[in-house]
Amino acid sequence: MNDNILQISNPVLSIIGLSISYGEDKYAVNDVSADVKRNAITAIMGPSGCGKSTLLRAINRMHELYPNIHTKGEIKLNGDSIYDMSTTKLRRKIGMVFQRPNPFPTMSIYENVIAGYDLNGSKLKKSEKDEIVESSLTDVGLLDEVKDSLNKKGNFLSGGQQQRLCIARTLAFKPDVILMDEPTSALDPLSTAKIEDLLVELKAHYSIILVTHNMSQAARISDNAMFMYLGELVEYDKTKKMFTNPKDSRTEGYLTGKFG
Amino acid sequence: METKVLIDEKDNSNWRELKNKLFFGTVVVLATLTISPILLIVYELLVKGLKQINFDFFLKVAPDTFQAMTAVRNGEIIPGGIANGITGTLLMVVVASLIAIPISLLIGIFLYENQGKKYANLIRSLTDILQGVPSVVLGLIAYIWIVQGVTKGFSALAGSVALAIMMLPLIIRSTEETMKMIPISIKEAGAALGVPYHKIILKVMIPSGFSGLMTGILLSISRVLGETAPLMLTTLGSTTVNFNITKPTSAVPLQIWEFYNNPNMIDLVWSSSLFLMAFVLTLNIIAKRISMRFS
Ligand SMILES: Nc1ncnc2c1ncn2[C@@H]1O[C@H](COP(=O)(O)OP(=O)(O)O)[C@@H](O)[C@H]1O
Ligand SMILES: [Mg+2]
Repeated sequence: MNDNILQISNPVLSIIGLSISYGEDKYAVNDVSADVKRNAITAIMGPSGCGKSTLLRAINRMHELYPNIHTKGEIKLNGDSIYDMSTTKLRRKIGMVFQRPNPFPTMSIYENVIAGYDLNGSKLKKSEKDEIVESSLTDVGLLDEVKDSLNKKGNFLSGGQQQRLCIARTLAFKPDVILMDEPTSALDPLSTAKIEDLLVELKAHYSIILVTHNMSQAARISDNAMFMYLGELVEYDKTKKMFTNPKDSRTEGYLTGKFG
Repeated sequence: METKVLIDEKDNSNWRELKNKLFFGTVVVLATLTISPILLIVYELLVKGLKQINFDFFLKVAPDTFQAMTAVRNGEIIPGGIANGITGTLLMVVVASLIAIPISLLIGIFLYENQGKKYANLIRSLTDILQGVPSVVLGLIAYIWIVQGVTKGFSALAGSVALAIMMLPLIIRSTEETMKMIPISIKEAGAALGVPYHKIILKVMIPSGFSGLMTGILLSISRVLGETAPLMLTTLGSTTVNFNITKPTSAVPLQIWEFYNNPNMIDLVWSSSLFLMAFVLTLNIIAKRISMRFS
């Protein structure tokens, strides 16, 4: 067992010996094993191209959208293999928020929040939908800002508001895990601060995995942090510990700004 | 020294001004040359065609030779209209669209989804080749396939198939281009919500690209509206209004050709052409409007 990898009891996710390649011999993710803590924010850090997004996308099997991808290893959600469930079911339990806000341009704010149900053909009563939309928008702190324009398209919203709308769309499923790939990198500092506050609130009910190449963001809001380098998980520890006392020289080099 | 420099600059600016004027003049001349045919056509059509345009023109079928001759001899406007042609054109455009739109959307989306793949490139090249096939050849094909093979006689269906084949490459191309313009992040948003692939296409991609798709469809329709040669070989024409797709049917361009061949009906050539041109122009303008709202 690798000393540099944090041990977690009753993890929400277990990644076991995961390797992913995009067709060539080179591995974008190389034999990564890690457990993810429940109701916490886990940051994935590392220089550009080190495999953060690939690892994140493997967790809800979004990486399968790429042709010629090869995946080895296992991921378990609450003890069950993610390969034993349909992607539809898996992605209800593991939501995803992207780098750029991507609300559906043809849909109203209301329709965007409920899109996960509507697009999958769920038959919900209007009252049930209303409830889901209201609670999701409340949870992301957007309800007051948009409650008079629920039936308008979301394109007049600011980038930060759109990103919160996308988070609300994910929350509508009440997922176990939310995957976020640099969710604030396209936003201004004020919107970024709002989203960071939101994530800290959300971890009471959700387990969040946050890819970021903003070290100070990881330091501010994450509980645990992974450091990846060239596809490998170099170090995984409590965030405070990693930032004050990194075990691997590569982690130290990255955190002190020597590369990345 | 200083005076010399000044003079030099002056010469220079004169030359520059002259160049500007020359350039501007050339642009004006070329623009006028480009626009004059269209202006002349519109002028000609209005002067010669407008007097025939009335309610009867849209509601009645074409007159027979005797009626037309009598009117011409009495110096009256020619009675009757092109109702058989208008209904025939609409019928065939609708049937052609019903055939061409689903097939083209499928192929266009397939091409978009398989960028860079060999078989996709092959299909794309074949599509380009199809676009280059003369319409009269497509008429011949439809004649063999449908007139001889299916309806055992000239029919609106055969005409529709010929027009549909002409529409295919246009809609396929515009579908692929439209899909490419939709940010991939929208597709990912659907996938991340666990939406199955076919529903992402139907409920996310097609609505997002709706205006672009619509523009392509309208332009392809306006492109085939005036086709004459393939219809001569397939639907032949009809003196009555017909909605039976297995029977010979008239169409506006066919009627223009028939009127042209009848010395008594020359005036109807102009009014029918005016109508056809206005129809095509309207479709084009609508298509432009829609695509402007898209961007
Ligand atoms: N779609 C793809 N096709 C081929 N290679 C890819 C693709 N996406 C990423 N890669 C490669 O995989 C490696 C990891 O990429 P990624 O997971 O996006 O890194 P990060 O998110 O840390 O910047 C990089 O070397 C990158 O070039
Ligand atoms: Mg990335």
